[in-house]
Amino acid sequence: MSLLKIKLSFSGGIELLFDNIKQKSVEIPSSINPPNSTTMKDLISWMKDNLLKERPELFMSGDTVRPGILVLINDSDWELEGELEYEIKDGDDIVFISTLHGG
Amino acid sequence: MLYGRQLILPDLGKSGQLKLKNTSILIVGAGGLGSPAAIYLAAAGVGKLGIVDYDKVEKSNLHRQIIHNETREGISKAQSAKMTIEGLNSLCNCVAYEILLDSLSALEIVQQYDIVVDATDNVATRYLLNDACVISGKPLVSGSALRMDGQLTVYNYKGGPCYRCLFPKPPPPESVLNCADGGILGVVTGVIGCLQALQAIKIATENDESPNNLLIFSATSYPLFRSIKLRSKKKDCVICGDHPSITKLQDYVQFCGSGALDKSPSVKELGREDRIEPKVYHNLRNETPHVLIDVRETVQYEICSLPSSINIPLKDLPKRIEDVKKLLETPNTSVYVICRLGNDSQHAVNILKNYLKGEVKDIIGGLYKWSLEVDQEFPIY
Repeated sequence: MSLLKIKLSFSGGIELLFDNIKQKSVEIPSSINPPNSTTMKDLISWMKDNLLKERPELFMSGDTVRPGILVLINDSDWELEGELEYEIKDGDDIVFISTLHGG
Repeated sequence: MLYGRQLILPDLGKSGQLKLKNTSILIVGAGGLGSPAAIYLAAAGVGKLGIVDYDKVEKSNLHRQIIHNETREGISKAQSAKMTIEGLNSLCNCVAYEILLDSLSALEIVQQYDIVVDATDNVATRYLLNDACVISGKPLVSGSALRMDGQLTVYNYKGGPCYRCLFPKPPPPESVLNCADGGILGVVTGVIGCLQALQAIKIATENDESPNNLLIFSATSYPLFRSIKLRSKKKDCVICGDHPSITKLQDYVQFCGSGALDKSPSVKELGREDRIEPKVYHNLRNETPHVLIDVRETVQYEICSLPSSINIPLKDLPKRIEDVKKLLETPNTSVYVICRLGNDSQHAVNILKNYLKGEVKDIIGGLYKWSLEVDQEFPIY
């Protein structure tokens, strides 16, 4: 199985759940759920098992991210890319943003 | 002439300046975002500015709420903002609303303005303003900031999404951090507030060609800004979609599970028997052998702390139980836990109780109450 090299970024406070790291390059299997290609849904669950340091309920809700987290794939709202069904490609830049409410 | 330097800009010109004069803008929140937004909009020549804020001027907010000043401590923020604006540009008609915007008052006020600037500090008011703007057909220039980060989006404008298109469900209340707990660098709200003013001017002068996007600012990242292309409005959005199920304002405090105030909530996790008043602790402090653990983040501990206290931040506590045990003279030595306001300390007691044999109590109201009742010299922040 080949590996996909992707860049993950965290912003808006969600980095606190990931050891306070704002950017990280990771290698993930191209088929986390064989025989299918790795999708956003697979990636989120992989992140929970491999990267998340604390309080999974503040990152996930069911098999997607919790309300209030916006996901970007290559600088686009993930809804434009197919959300959970999007198939990850080598070199993708994926950002998880927790929305802010302060002022 | 007040506006000469901007009048000669080809992008504005006389027609643009007249549009500004004929535009009314409602700014909700006269805090870190609303301060710079209101100042720049008034200075630019916006004809009418409404300022909504129920709160009073506080010293601890002046580092970012720069429309106010030390001499106005304790007076209404809406009135204080109006005073600054009138001193800056007497041609601006400024209306101060000293109210907490809610489902009863929002629509009537929003309808009187052309553009709404969301400079609030809580989730419930953000949904309220979104719905009021969708129902009355007003663009919503929304800004937010926390710690070193900020975000800016225009909702309900030129076929773009509304707040609910992006966030159909409110975030869980425990995931929402406010400026009082999370901290905020003043200039970060300044950056976002200025961008809100700029965006409002572009809408007022019909100069806005940018696609729907979300602008993300992070003072600690490079590059500082990132612009993200957003979805169009959702056809099935409950308020701005083709068949809206929400046609009037709701109870937003209930919807969000959190109030419209950004004050830190008081937690009651422990029973009376697991807690101790600051004064009682003060009396036994020099007589009874014990260990005092301060569970604040280290950056806060370094600002001020009680002598002989040991700093173990709450998030590290579960993996540092053995360190705590080593501090005890005997297995039965008492442990007291303190934090800033007395919330995290209760959580810490619940963790420690599982591992320690002796008494474990938290100090009610934390260092804040300590400063009020025991040692007035102890700094509060």
